[in-house]
Amino acid sequence: MSDLLAARSQMAVSLAFHIVFAVAGIAMPVLMAIAEGLWLRRHHPVDLELARRWSRGVAILFAVGAVSGTVLSFELGLLWPRFMAFAGPIIGMPFSLEGFAFFLEAIFLGIYLYGWERVPRVVHWLCGIGVAVTGAASGLFVLTANSWMNHPAGFRLVEGRVVDVNPWAAMFHSGWSVECVHMLLAAYLCVGFAVAAIHARELLRDGTNLFHRRALTIALLVGGIAAALQPVSGDASAKLAARTQPAKLAAMEGQFESEPAAPLRIGGIPDERAERTRGAIEIPGALSWLAYGDPRATIRGLKAWPREDRPPTAVVHVAFQIMVGSGVLLLALSILALVRRRTLFESRRLLTAIALGGWLGFVALEAGWTVTEVGRQPWIVYGILRTADSVTPMPGLMAPFLLFTFLYLFLAGIVGALLRRHVFASPRLPAS
Amino acid sequence: MTYATLVAVALVASLVIYALGGGADFGGGVWDLLAAGPRAGRQRETIAHAIGPIWEANHVWLILAIVLLFTCFPAAFAAIGTALHIPITVLLVGIVLRGSAFTFRSYGLEPGHVQERWGRVFAWASLVSPIMLGVTLGAISSGTLGMDPASGQVRTDFISSWCASFPFAVGFLALALFAYLAAVYLTLETEDDDLRDDFRKRALIAWEISAVLAIVALALARHGAPLIFDGLMRRPALLVCTGLIGLAALSALARRRYAAARWLAAAQVALTVSGWALAQYPAIVPPDLTITSASAPEPVVRAVLEVLVVGALLLFPALFYLFRIFKSGGRREEGSPGYPTE
Ligand code: HDD
Ligand code: HEM
Ligand code: HEM
Repeated sequence: MSDLLAARSQMAVSLAFHIVFAVAGIAMPVLMAIAEGLWLRRHHPVDLELARRWSRGVAILFAVGAVSGTVLSFELGLLWPRFMAFAGPIIGMPFSLEGFAFFLEAIFLGIYLYGWERVPRVVHWLCGIGVAVTGAASGLFVLTANSWMNHPAGFRLVEGRVVDVNPWAAMFHSGWSVECVHMLLAAYLCVGFAVAAIHARELLRDGTNLFHRRALTIALLVGGIAAALQPVSGDASAKLAARTQPAKLAAMEGQFESEPAAPLRIGGIPDERAERTRGAIEIPGALSWLAYGDPRATIRGLKAWPREDRPPTAVVHVAFQIMVGSGVLLLALSILALVRRRTLFESRRLLTAIALGGWLGFVALEAGWTVTEVGRQPWIVYGILRTADSVTPMPGLMAPFLLFTFLYLFLAGIVGALLRRHVFASPRLPAS
Repeated sequence: MTYATLVAVALVASLVIYALGGGADFGGGVWDLLAAGPRAGRQRETIAHAIGPIWEANHVWLILAIVLLFTCFPAAFAAIGTALHIPITVLLVGIVLRGSAFTFRSYGLEPGHVQERWGRVFAWASLVSPIMLGVTLGAISSGTLGMDPASGQVRTDFISSWCASFPFAVGFLALALFAYLAAVYLTLETEDDDLRDDFRKRALIAWEISAVLAIVALALARHGAPLIFDGLMRRPALLVCTGLIGLAALSALARRRYAAARWLAAAQVALTVSGWALAQYPAIVPPDLTITSASAPEPVVRAVLEVLVVGALLLFPALFYLFRIFKSGGRREEGSPGYPTE
């Protein structure tokens, strides 16, 4: 493995790990605040128990999110010093703002977790809402940095030097909101469904337990609303990519020829050597229509770029199919649960479907990031700086890559075991 | 003062606050590792109780420092990340293990050996991270990270600048100072006189070790970090002040004036860190990168300063509230409005 590949793999592992905890930091507080809000209104002990259990989960997940995020901020310099020397001033602004969001989040969370007995109830609940809001804000700030890598703005290059930097223009360039909305929805979606999956599994064993029933309802509500909105937002993302990163769009769709009335391909495997996509179901004109709102519009295919400027097409196309497929399945699951809401808790089949299918949200999340990041290759800053030109000269990068991979695998196992035992296990509730 | 200098001041300030807060949290881990005697279990409990609600907030100061560094002094960030890859990687592993082990233990909830094992990880990681933090800072000030004018990159073999006696002296000094701070703070975290005396004894020992290590580091600086050495020698008042405050802290501890000792010890550590920064001013990564030469374009630096001011207006009241809730010393009052205990 070359040092460049090791560096990219280490970055990918670190991000793929961090994002799981980051979305939990964004969305779990929403679930927790809903449960506590219900308790404040109705004083049913099951709601309070839920809020407390979920808050324990947040504590564990947040700590791992915080430390893995710290690793990332250093890794930007450890692995990509030339990228940071170039981009640091331009995208530093959202990271600085994020710093303050982290502060507030950590403070609200400290009060929330350790202040049950120390602050008035309503203040406590408001702190929970504060965690949810600042968590979403941290996510949004980093995302503006990531979407800047996809469509850089807010500076000019004059003879290789960066001039006229405007950090606000770099942050709020056209299109930042599209990626941010999509990501926020993804966070609520995948956490909502994962929590639903866990509690559905407990219900299969312990079907009358009120705790799990209430948990499942709240989680499905949050996940389901996000699932309904996600395709709309994803469509906006695809239209944006068509406009600003045509090579990525072509890779997502496995489109090698430049042609009018391009078809939408469902499934299939792009063959990069032969420059064609095999085995896909093709819907004529649908891609042109989805990308530009006109079924006859011309789509630029990958052949329009020299080979060294094309992203790894097969990875991007397959990841894109996985993301969209998972989104569609989850939407179907939400609709089914809505229609059958009266018999939901009795239907073993539906509960099994949720227990298994709920994990698709995280699958879609990781797949979506693969689309964005691999689809941007060979650029680290689209059209401006190549990934190969930004890697550190440090040799032997295989060693830290393996080190962090094992560290993260190890932590993931422990987090899973802890959550199972202390957050999701059936509680003994006082009779109600 | 230029905008870049102001940001550099903010950067050092967040490092100082990190040392005072996050540093002491690491120090707590050291005492967890060294807990001994009939009250070992209760020592550990006190430590966990003291760190629990605040370590996440304390930790963010380090992130803020890094973000300010890469936004406003990108060339310095790139040089440090390249040349000091190895100690920073070890530092990161320490930070990851420390934070997660601490939380796992708090939420492990099982009595017995599982929790104990996490305690070990937490404690060992608390030992390694401060040393590596000190090694990193020491290596930066050693003046060995020169820039290659042709490529604009740092000139380095990735090892020799940090694998030397001066950086490690700074590393052990950082560890000793953090442990000292933690022990001093911990005297105020318990109502129990015996427990308090345990921590007082530890604080006194850590004070002595830090004093010795400070002298060793200074002596090594003469050849290991000449720039720092000259900078300090040019400012004898700084050394004298730090020494005097250290002695005042020692005497407050000896006389069991714990509240005073806390402020004096914090001032002593704050002066040590800012003295280091002042000694290498205006260099950021000596010998070549200075505040001016490494600085980002001015509009960026100015915008970041504006954000810092507005952010501070939000942040400090919130931090104050957090510390008032958990660090005002009092137990929960009867009939307080919160939720009943579980
Ligand atoms: C739960 C997760 C999830 C689900 C169900 C979907 N997505 Fe997604 N998608 C993401 C999670 C995600 C993501 C991981 O959050 C990405 C990566 C970067 C980003 O901002 O969002 C993403 C990126 C992303 C991009 C790349 C944007 C770019 O790089 O410029 C496109 C075009 C879409 N999505 C389109 C869709 C469509 C048409 C969906 C139809 C249902 C869909 N996504 C469902
Ligand atoms: C603000 C957020 C992010 C930033 C600043 C960022 C930055 C980077 C950088 C610098 C690289 C290395 C260069 C490259 O290969 O493109 C990279 C690669 C990668 N990142 Fe991201 N990333 C972000 C979010 C994410 C997330 C959340 C994930 C996954 C869950 C992710 C997945 C990947 C993958 C898979 C690669 C490897 C791409 C390849 O090797 O082809 N990224 N990212
Ligand atoms: C290169 C990319 C990234 C860097 C450098 C980074 C950095 C960090 C850091 C330093 C923290 C710890 C904050 C604390 O101590 O509380 C953190 C947490 C967090 N990050 Fe990331 N992050 C990156 C990618 C992302 C992405 C892509 C998202 C999501 C969209 C995200 C969302 C969050 C959230 C919500 C938290 C707080 C909640 C938690 O810790 O679980 N981050 N990140």
